[in-house]
Amino acid sequence: MKRLWLFLPVAVFALIAGAVAYQLTQPRDEFVRSAMIGQPLPSFSLPPPGGGPATLSDASFRDGRPRLLNFWASWCLPCIAEAPQLERLRGEGAVIVGVAIRDRPEDVAAFLQTHGNPYAVLAADDIAELQLALGSSGLPETFVIDGQGRIRYQHIGDIRAADVPVLLDELRKAGS
Amino acid sequence: MIAEIGLAALWLAAALAVFQLVAGGLSLRPGAPPVLGQSLRPLAVLQGGFALLSFAALLVLFATTDLSVALVALNSHTAKPLLYKVTGAWGNHEGSMLLWVATLATSGALIAALERRLPERTMHAVLAAQGFVASGFFAFLLFSSNPFTRLPMPAPEGVGLNPLLQDIGLALHPPTLYLGYVGLSVAFSFAVGALLTNAVTPQFARVMRPWVLGAWVFLTLGIVAGSYWAYYELGWGGWWFWDPVENASLMPWLAATALLHSVSVLAARDALRVWTILLGVIAFSMSMVGTFLVRSGILTSVHAFAVDPQRGAFILALLALYIGGALLLFALRAGTILEGKRFGLASRESALVLNNILLSALLGIVLLGTLYPLFAEMVGARVSVGPPYFNAVGAVFALPMLAVMTIGPLLRWRSDTARRLARPLVALSAAGLLAAVLALLQGDIGLLPLSGFVLGAMLVVASVLPLGGRSFRRTPLTVWGMVIAHFGIGVALLGMASDAALTRERLVAMAPGDAVTVGPWTVRLREVMPVAGPNWTATEVVLDAQTAAGGRTITLRPQSRTFWAPVQQTTESALASRWNGQLYAVSGGPVDGGRWQMRLWWKPFVTLIWLGGLLVALGGALSMAGHLRRDTVRRSAARRISRLAAPVPA
Repeated sequence: MKRLWLFLPVAVFALIAGAVAYQLTQPRDEFVRSAMIGQPLPSFSLPPPGGGPATLSDASFRDGRPRLLNFWASWCLPCIAEAPQLERLRGEGAVIVGVAIRDRPEDVAAFLQTHGNPYAVLAADDIAELQLALGSSGLPETFVIDGQGRIRYQHIGDIRAADVPVLLDELRKAGS
Repeated sequence: MIAEIGLAALWLAAALAVFQLVAGGLSLRPGAPPVLGQSLRPLAVLQGGFALLSFAALLVLFATTDLSVALVALNSHTAKPLLYKVTGAWGNHEGSMLLWVATLATSGALIAALERRLPERTMHAVLAAQGFVASGFFAFLLFSSNPFTRLPMPAPEGVGLNPLLQDIGLALHPPTLYLGYVGLSVAFSFAVGALLTNAVTPQFARVMRPWVLGAWVFLTLGIVAGSYWAYYELGWGGWWFWDPVENASLMPWLAATALLHSVSVLAARDALRVWTILLGVIAFSMSMVGTFLVRSGILTSVHAFAVDPQRGAFILALLALYIGGALLLFALRAGTILEGKRFGLASRESALVLNNILLSALLGIVLLGTLYPLFAEMVGARVSVGPPYFNAVGAVFALPMLAVMTIGPLLRWRSDTARRLARPLVALSAAGLLAAVLALLQGDIGLLPLSGFVLGAMLVVASVLPLGGRSFRRTPLTVWGMVIAHFGIGVALLGMASDAALTRERLVAMAPGDAVTVGPWTVRLREVMPVAGPNWTATEVVLDAQTAAGGRTITLRPQSRTFWAPVQQTTESALASRWNGQLYAVSGGPVDGGRWQMRLWWKPFVTLIWLGGLLVALGGALSMAGHLRRDTVRRSAARRISRLAAPVPA
């Protein structure tokens, strides 16, 4: 019996080493997924860039149409790379809601002038409140919201050409 | 050329380490030729020399900013002050690994050169174990972290060093800590050697003790320095954050502290044999876990680790080999160690056993808290474990341990009676009660800080009681060491409690001319001005502070610095130390309307934390000196006796 106790330290160590080895072999996941996926949108209301009465709220999403909710900013370089793909998505019939994060109205206007405006509705979130409430980790980021205002899918980072069919597919699933 | 010399020296040192392992291992077999054993000491000394040479080459490369070397180009810059060029040598993965291995080889060389008190066979096993550990880490450096790799084309300019690391605290903190971490490798090798040759004796403990003490002193200094560095450089006003990297230094310290005490029991009373061996293995294992697992990022963020899976796998294989191997050896051989002497329930030994159990429990708690995120992630949860866990759960074991510390040193070896303790206990209770009353007069301060004040005061009084009835001049250094170290723990504890309970904090936006009060101080913002340093520019906020009682005005100059290589912003806090505390100011940058955001703290007696830490280290150093001197005296006496006993002519 006493002899068995002597094996306790090596057993504990083996357990720890096993856990580390297991972690080493796991594929790494660089992104922190939002815990809000599957949840309804939190209640919010945002004005358009430049101010004025609110044009976008959680209620805007509850009309039965699935939408893309795209967080971006004129100062965000990957957002420029993403712009043509958003145009493609719009061409495929996606309704895209844009939220400009911590931006100036004149910069927003200049950006849309240069890179095109894919947005059906555009709102400004000057303190990133909606972005934070959705558990988004950076810019750009795009969420699929179904017709009941429920968050269905999260795309982290800029949308590349290969992501377009994925997003369209997610939109279709959200609509069915 | 210098880089090639460094690399060649590293390869030579590695080869010597492998030789040392093979020769040492073979010398343990019955009937081995004596030359095998005799070769070990010179091998170890040469290995240490070459490892130091290799590290010196790296220092030269950094001092001269040789941009044809990848490591220098990635971590240094020509515009850096010379001091930070040199310290930059170990401010990166490869360089710090080389420092680690060089320290390991040097301590191996030191035992080989100096240690003559163990049986030769045990000594051979010890040196073989040292060679075994060193060869693995040399391989790690050479195959996956070579610091001397040349770039195909020299870089035009270096990338720079993280500005947070451009600080004198960093110049001293890692080397000190490494001396401690790696010094414990000696205890590890001693434990393995003693297990292999069945030589767990009081003599073995006496030989091991100065090494453990030495490593422990450096570890203590390293932790104190690191804590102070984090306190003033990071600008958060805290001195301990339960960050995995901090825990990585605390765990070996807890194990080494337990080892230190159990080794004393083994040396003095021939008890706790198995336990001492286990702690010897665990202390260095914790150092390895600390340096490698945490530095490679598997705990702070599993992602950073996966950036280089080869390194990760290499590290894990080494740890499995050394820690797993040593613990397996322990499991198989410890049963053959005879049980040591027994002792009564009320005795110095019992108190030390209790101390060991509680220290080990603390170690277990810190280990669990540090590794918990790793296990949680296996089931898909991402968590971080912080102060709410460590403070609360740690206190459950730390408070009883501190209580044992107050009376333990007063107990006699073997067995004692409770009655003899009656008078000291009255004195201790009085001190504790007084502290409690004084603390409660400060208002509602919380249970943990209150316990800290009470135990701190009791410990400060209790620590000096062993001097009672002794002549100061004739008190051995080892007793002074214990008294000062325990006194230091009490002092640090008072500092911690005071910082936790009595700190006053203000977060304000101030325009020039505005004044705020924090604690007894009135702080006025005089002006904001730009200043420039060698590789940074800064906006400096000039603050004048004065106490309500009047007295001299002191000026604080916190800065927000912008470094240009690499471009990064840091805040430089400003501290003013007074006998009764520190005024701490951090500038947070401009807000609207020409005002500046300022964070101000008044931290009464916070400096006691580090002062106490230094006293602990001083106590360890005195104790080590005392043991070494006692050994020298003993040996010269033995020589005289043997001369006196010269054979009488017939």
